[in-house]
Amino acid sequence: MAQVQLSNVSKSYGSSQVLHGIDLQIADGELVVLVGPSGCGKSTLLRMICGLEDITGGELRIDDRVVNELPPAQRGIAMVFQSYALYPHMTVRGNMAFGLKIHGADKAKRDARVLAAAKALHIDHLLDRRPRELSGGQRQRVAIGRAIVREPRLFLFDEPLSNLDAALRVKTRIELARLHRELAATMIYVTHDQVEAMTLGDRIVVMHEGRIQQAGSPLELYEHPANRFVASFIGSPTINLVPATAQACSAAGARVQVHAGCEADIPVDAATLVPGQRVELGIRPEHLHVAEGDASATGLRFGGEVTLIEQLGESHLLYLRCADGLELVSRAPGHTRLRMGDRVALEAEAGLLHVFDANGLARRRQAAAIHSGVGASG
Amino acid sequence: MKRAASIGRTAMVHLTLGGYCLLVLCPIALVLLNSFKTRAGIFDHPLALPAHDTLSLAGYAKVLGDAAIGHMFLNSLIVTGVALVAILLLGAMAAWALTEYGFFGNRLLALFLAFGIMVPIRLGSVAILQEMVALDLVNTLTALVLVYVAQGLPLAVMILSEFVAQVPQELKDAARCDGVGEYRIFFQVVLPLIRPAVATVAVFTMVPIWNDLWFPLILAPSEQTQTITLGVQQFVGQFATDWNAVLAALSLAVLPILVLYAVFSRQLIAGITAGAVK
Repeated sequence: MAQVQLSNVSKSYGSSQVLHGIDLQIADGELVVLVGPSGCGKSTLLRMICGLEDITGGELRIDDRVVNELPPAQRGIAMVFQSYALYPHMTVRGNMAFGLKIHGADKAKRDARVLAAAKALHIDHLLDRRPRELSGGQRQRVAIGRAIVREPRLFLFDEPLSNLDAALRVKTRIELARLHRELAATMIYVTHDQVEAMTLGDRIVVMHEGRIQQAGSPLELYEHPANRFVASFIGSPTINLVPATAQACSAAGARVQVHAGCEADIPVDAATLVPGQRVELGIRPEHLHVAEGDASATGLRFGGEVTLIEQLGESHLLYLRCADGLELVSRAPGHTRLRMGDRVALEAEAGLLHVFDANGLARRRQAAAIHSGVGASG
Repeated sequence: MKRAASIGRTAMVHLTLGGYCLLVLCPIALVLLNSFKTRAGIFDHPLALPAHDTLSLAGYAKVLGDAAIGHMFLNSLIVTGVALVAILLLGAMAAWALTEYGFFGNRLLALFLAFGIMVPIRLGSVAILQEMVALDLVNTLTALVLVYVAQGLPLAVMILSEFVAQVPQELKDAARCDGVGEYRIFFQVVLPLIRPAVATVAVFTMVPIWNDLWFPLILAPSEQTQTITLGVQQFVGQFATDWNAVLAALSLAVLPILVLYAVFSRQLIAGITAGAVK
């Protein structure tokens, strides 16, 4: 298996630069997910690693060997495409064996490898069919099988699940995770779906406008988003962003005021903030609860009118519009007796909030606060 | 109301197509019918079916008994076959190159080829003849093949480019990832996928070549190199025309092209890419 190293990799088409100085190190056997909105350059980056796109600047190493100029076949990689890209005029067996045949593997070896891969993917009964006779899920397995038989050092997946229906997507996702464990292969996986990213990735790389915004484990991204973009991209429904003003700032925390009477101490490293500075508060929907008891109590309270309730079964989403036009979403377990049009107050758990400065950069949260906060809310 | 209108529309369409069919098929049917009749039968009742007293295979006997005719058939087959293979192969390769690779002068080259569709090749007959004389190719089948390849290529490149462009990019990418070389991608991935288009182009280019009288007449009129279309003319005399032989030869000349058409039309099935992507 392989490790991959990207150093200051960039890509331009003519005068427009689509990737800016990408630095990324992928360890042996790791599954890294590149995630971001469409047009962020994630697919382009994958195609550059594959060798289908030229690298404009920087260096790409696979196992300490610079492969910038190598054609795809010599990089020891296999790619699974969004559209499967099966050869329609060949049988499943033909599709899976084509690459090996080109490289001159003898028939016995080809058959053995194809059969082994087909068995692992439960498609061994489909080997003599053509792609058009298969369902979407089966085609996807064939595409993955075609990658496996080549025994590549590195697997690349380009949104492999986006053409499948919701149920099949979840099933295939679980199977991919199993496959990754069994093969212990290095994999790079591109998706725009943050759920896929969170569930599959050992590490997630969030990209936006051709730059890496943050790379880290799924929970690290969720609990310590580096900036506003990552905070809004990871998590569903999207994090609430509330404009506020910093008042007292220190390395241990910041006192933040949304408006008079609506303020709290947030345990973030605010040493670089200055009092009076405009900031944004990031409040995850699950950290916003319907306030009970005394209406005059202080803290981060937002009064408003319920505009929509979404019942999801195991939880419900409450959409609130405040008097000053601020829109908030809250997620709480179970059902609610509230109705649309009701006036309620939502209270945020100060210990679990994020603070972003005017440039959208997050202030690091205190680790202790998170864990005590998680314990308290759970 | 709606139904009546739709039936009316369908009827109109079928009436028009049926009428056109009749118009096209009548002369051919007439040639076929009369080729089986005696000379007297042809002139007395040109539209009648061959009856007991007018049935005659004299024309066929004469044509098939004539060794020269067989040779002409062979010439036609060679010229059409070689030109067809060359047009399809070179046309598909040019189409692949023009659509897949961005190189300097790509658009200009495509435009140059498209120009060939707009200008009839016969306008250049004199220049072509001079060139063939200079190359010492007059009265050879090579001359005909060369001219027909030039005549057929522009349209072939144009049509095939459209189809090559429709081959999904990911399929080519997948092949490149598999380590397949560019020639192999063309022959083993792209060409099988555009087979219906190749068959269509084959039919469209084959018929005019087989039926052409002009270039065989000016470039290769010798006895050795006559094609069947040109050869049939020898039965048309200034004073007496051997109608039996002419009609029989014409009927026979239709056959090979019918067979080829049947072969290619089997490939004219759309939807061959179903299952490649999505």
